[in-house]
Amino acid sequence: MGGSPEVSIEVETGGAATRIAVAGPLTIRTLGAAARRLDGIGPVAEARLDLGAVTRLDTAGGWLVARFRARLAEAGGRLELAGATPEMEAILTSVERAMPRPEPAPAPPRGLAERVAGLGRAVADTGRTARGLTAYLGLFLARLGRGLRHPRSFRLTALVHHCEEVGVKAVPIVALMSFLIGIVLAFQGASQLRQFGAEVFVVDLIAVSILRELGILLTAIIVAGRTASAFTAAIGSMKMREEIDAMRTLGLDPAAVLFVPRILALLIMLPILGLIANLAGLFGGALMSWLELGISPAMFRTRFLEGTDISHLTVGMVKAPVFALIIGVVGCHAGMQVGSNAESLGQQTSKAVVAAIFAVIVADALFSIFFAEIGL
Amino acid sequence: MSARGEPVIELRGLRNQFGTQVVHDGLDLDVYRGEVLGVVGGSGTGKSVLLRTIAGLQTPAAGSIRVLGTDVRTADLAARTALQMRWGVMFQDGALFSSLTVRENVEVPMRGIPDLDPGLARELADLKISMVGLPYLAGDKYPSELSGGMRKRAGLARALALDPEIVFLDEPTAGLDPIGAADFDQLIRGLSRSLGLTVFLVTHDLDTLHAVCDRIAVLAERKVLVTGTMQDMLSVDHPWVRSYFHGPRARAAIDAAEAAQTGEDR
Repeated sequence: MGGSPEVSIEVETGGAATRIAVAGPLTIRTLGAAARRLDGIGPVAEARLDLGAVTRLDTAGGWLVARFRARLAEAGGRLELAGATPEMEAILTSVERAMPRPEPAPAPPRGLAERVAGLGRAVADTGRTARGLTAYLGLFLARLGRGLRHPRSFRLTALVHHCEEVGVKAVPIVALMSFLIGIVLAFQGASQLRQFGAEVFVVDLIAVSILRELGILLTAIIVAGRTASAFTAAIGSMKMREEIDAMRTLGLDPAAVLFVPRILALLIMLPILGLIANLAGLFGGALMSWLELGISPAMFRTRFLEGTDISHLTVGMVKAPVFALIIGVVGCHAGMQVGSNAESLGQQTSKAVVAAIFAVIVADALFSIFFAEIGL
Repeated sequence: MSARGEPVIELRGLRNQFGTQVVHDGLDLDVYRGEVLGVVGGSGTGKSVLLRTIAGLQTPAAGSIRVLGTDVRTADLAARTALQMRWGVMFQDGALFSSLTVRENVEVPMRGIPDLDPGLARELADLKISMVGLPYLAGDKYPSELSGGMRKRAGLARALALDPEIVFLDEPTAGLDPIGAADFDQLIRGLSRSLGLTVFLVTHDLDTLHAVCDRIAVLAERKVLVTGTMQDMLSVDHPWVRSYFHGPRARAAIDAAEAAQTGEDR
């Protein structure tokens, strides 16, 4: 916009009244220059503003004139306008009528007290969320129980659909991830154990760490990222469009229709995914041991069957249903917290993923302590 | 409104189609400076598509669009940008940026103006917010904290931020209660008169047509079937136009408008 014409403001201070002549366009484009010029005029008792040579006046220009007039009036002065066309008068009138009157906004309290209060609120919020999650877990169990007592009302089609969504479609990514983890473990373990000539123990290392911890934990983390977000987004967008309210008015229970098939599908599929992850991890570990350490598949198998207790697999798989419940409940709960705008949908979705992963890891830590205490 | 100014929007032979579905074919329309044109038509006749096409959000299959003397379809980027600063669009639900406050929303178009310092832009945004009838403190609120009517007003404030010559309004009164809708009609009328705005508005609302529009364009059969004043519409012999302007709702709107007229004359 280099070609826009400039505004010129001539100020003449001689005589009884200060004369100000404006020429050129007085619009939002020239507002910056014009405002600097007018603000430079000190408080005067009498001023006359000549708009005769103004080519175009918009509301921004009108606002500048009105603001100047208000400033003079505040200091006891007076501004007289001259040369305004009827169109300019109309703009000036509507601007003067609409001049914003700033109201002091309630000042947000700052300082130590406010920070402590903020911390307290955050803690209370967390507590409320935890209570909400527990309530949703109870709701799920109650509806599941009712579904089992009345098998006809059970939504089998939805369950199968969600089993495919959360389980079958997650197999490739879960298997690949676990396979790569097996390779990493074998490689890292080999380079350490070789120093002691204890290469063969790499089998135990892989087997124990994958079966006990990594297989199921990493599967749960992937599923949390994939499925908790999907649950939140699906339920949240239904909440946003008032579909959940519509369901309630039609006598459908959102918990039975939406939560039970989703969480139950996770409960069924997460152990299966965990098992697949275990197999893929062991396969990756065996492959790397063979290539890197020369441990043949047969030797790996023998060592694996001899050295690894079945309890490692049990310890790993016991966690799967718990992780599934955590992920499902967090996802559904976050979905129901979505408000009426798209922004909260995005917020809740990312919150759900973070909360689900965090809760899964916390639960895993608790399991470790528990199993260590009972000596498994 | 018999004395017509120069046409600010000229559409010639406009054709819009989605796949095999032809929405507009051979559509001609002129909008004159300073008038308020109301576009009506049944559902699916492409009223909003027409608005979007003129505002450059939709590329037509054929035809020419001249706005303020610039051919929208062939103009280069600089010319288009310059043109966009001379019109404002208000979308149906305001289409405010949800992560910005109302004041920041109104300031967004002003960022394109060089030599406008942020303090001035802020005060100017307050003026626009006040001009569309929102309270001062609404400027600090986020769109999600406003009611539907307030969001529409805020959307109008943003459309008016740069004092455009043309404003496009998409269903300005849809979803408002009758009192809110009547207030909004008055607001549009008042602003278009005092600021000399040309208004292109798409509506279903017969009361709005009565209260605000100088001229009405009826979309039917893929083109502008007829244009004219409300009185002209009453004598048009076309099944859709007849049932639209002679239906029970239309009669109520005409009666109300006449009652208001006699009230003003007294």
